[in-house]
Amino acid sequence: MIGDSAPSTTASIDTALPGDARLLDVERVSKRFVTSEGVITAVDDVSFSIAPGEFVSIIGPSGCGKSTLFNIVGGLVADYDGRVTVAGDVVRGTHPAIGMVFQEESTFPWRTVVENVAFPLEIAGASKEARLERAEHFVNMVGLRGFERRFPAELSGGMRQRVALARTLASEPRILLMDEPFAALDEQTRLLLGDRVLQIQQTLKQTTLLITHNLTEAVQLSDRVLVMTYRPGRLKRVVDIHLPHPRDSEVVSSDAFGHYVAEIWHDLREEASRGIRDDESRVLEGRAKR
Amino acid sequence: MSKSPLKEWMASRIGARSIGAMTVLVLIGMVELAIRAGIVNRFIVPLPSEIIVAIPRIIVEENVLHRFWQTAQEVLWASLLLAGVGIPIGALLHRFSIMRLACETWVGALAAAPIVLMYPLFLVIFGRSATTIVMIGFAAGLAPVILKTLEGLAGTRQVLLNVGRSFKLTASQQFWKILLPAALPTVFVGLKLGLIFAMINIVGVEFLINFGGLGQLINELAERYDLPGTYGAICFVILTSIVFFDTTERLERFLRPGA
Repeated sequence: MIGDSAPSTTASIDTALPGDARLLDVERVSKRFVTSEGVITAVDDVSFSIAPGEFVSIIGPSGCGKSTLFNIVGGLVADYDGRVTVAGDVVRGTHPAIGMVFQEESTFPWRTVVENVAFPLEIAGASKEARLERAEHFVNMVGLRGFERRFPAELSGGMRQRVALARTLASEPRILLMDEPFAALDEQTRLLLGDRVLQIQQTLKQTTLLITHNLTEAVQLSDRVLVMTYRPGRLKRVVDIHLPHPRDSEVVSSDAFGHYVAEIWHDLREEASRGIRDDESRVLEGRAKR
Repeated sequence: MSKSPLKEWMASRIGARSIGAMTVLVLIGMVELAIRAGIVNRFIVPLPSEIIVAIPRIIVEENVLHRFWQTAQEVLWASLLLAGVGIPIGALLHRFSIMRLACETWVGALAAAPIVLMYPLFLVIFGRSATTIVMIGFAAGLAPVILKTLEGLAGTRQVLLNVGRSFKLTASQQFWKILLPAALPTVFVGLKLGLIFAMINIVGVEFLINFGGLGQLINELAERYDLPGTYGAICFVILTSIVFFDTTERLERFLRPGA
């Protein structure tokens, strides 16, 4: 049942949760890059928390520092200001509690589906029998039963991303961190894969942080959407999504869904326009210099 | 619309190989006709039919199978050295950028060097033996193996390395589980190139120092002006090349499935 009543929107950038309700804490994180054009602040003083079992999306225009934030939270970038903690444990480098799903195709082409999914278990030293059994469980979970012995080259883009998702889930992370995992897929596939992600999230009560630039995806999947500004990337607004659970892609036809999308787009449009203007002026400046 | 059976057969592995073999046969037939018609001088290129007739003769009289085995062994040893030394050197150059900066240009220059002309030096060091031939083959094939290994490792997609980092792989696990498998197709290109250079030099040095397998036989047959026999022996060099290429491809498919 989809709630069509007028949604309540929390418009605030105060994302603090009570101490015991926090699993992931991002505190005053900033990241600057030194480039030939000078110092660029990619992420500026961003703070938010995520509670266990919560699904949070970060949405923003291209160039707002979403992926930089993904890399910082995932521990792939070490040189930044601020602090990231998982249940109070400061993240320095990659953290075993955080599992990452990347935007780019990241399956290992030389391994079959089940071998890909078993990879983290192999690294953890599980016996072959145990890891294959466990891997098959996660292969089933992402709906790839029957494709266990196939190689990634034999699968579609959406199936490969599901393999990558299953591989990350097999490491049983406390926090699932996803960077636009379905960005390269068509809209229908993306919606249906969103259903699959929701099912998994509801089954595992998986705490998830999704980085996306897709409005529909953010509202369909999330309990909370954090809207970022165009460069420098700051938190502009936090939107609580009060759509009922369990959810599926049917939710996109509800009035409430449309309201949330419109609400977020209102903020995002301004930022995206700034991004486009900035790109255009940079191109013009570059031409003038030549 | 479904494919016709002929198109399906042509697209299959056996079909493709059969077409390849038939193309070779047609080309041989054309050469035969060109020689018989006087377009090609038969004192320079013998008739393919004469070469075919000469093959049983050189097998019986010139002990060609033994010589083939000698050359194959030299190529095998050179290949093992290429893999066992070239790949680790490529990996070291990838691992230590200072080494890469210091050596990459020199290794590139080595690829273009006419190593075979240094055979007197090798003779002094290793004597007139199979070791000299193997070492020259190895030295000639080393540069492409190093350079392609380096290229393959450096070209590994960052996202795959990030997957490894996200699972907290150690440096050793990152190399054996991700870097090397990802680089294998390029590494094998290097091995095949190295094999080509090694084979050319091995047969060439056998010819030059008149020692060993097929190269020596070609030398002897050429000096006797036995053109069909010479070309027949060259066919066995080609056979050696085919055997090693096929083995390399099978090894690649075994080590890097899913390509």
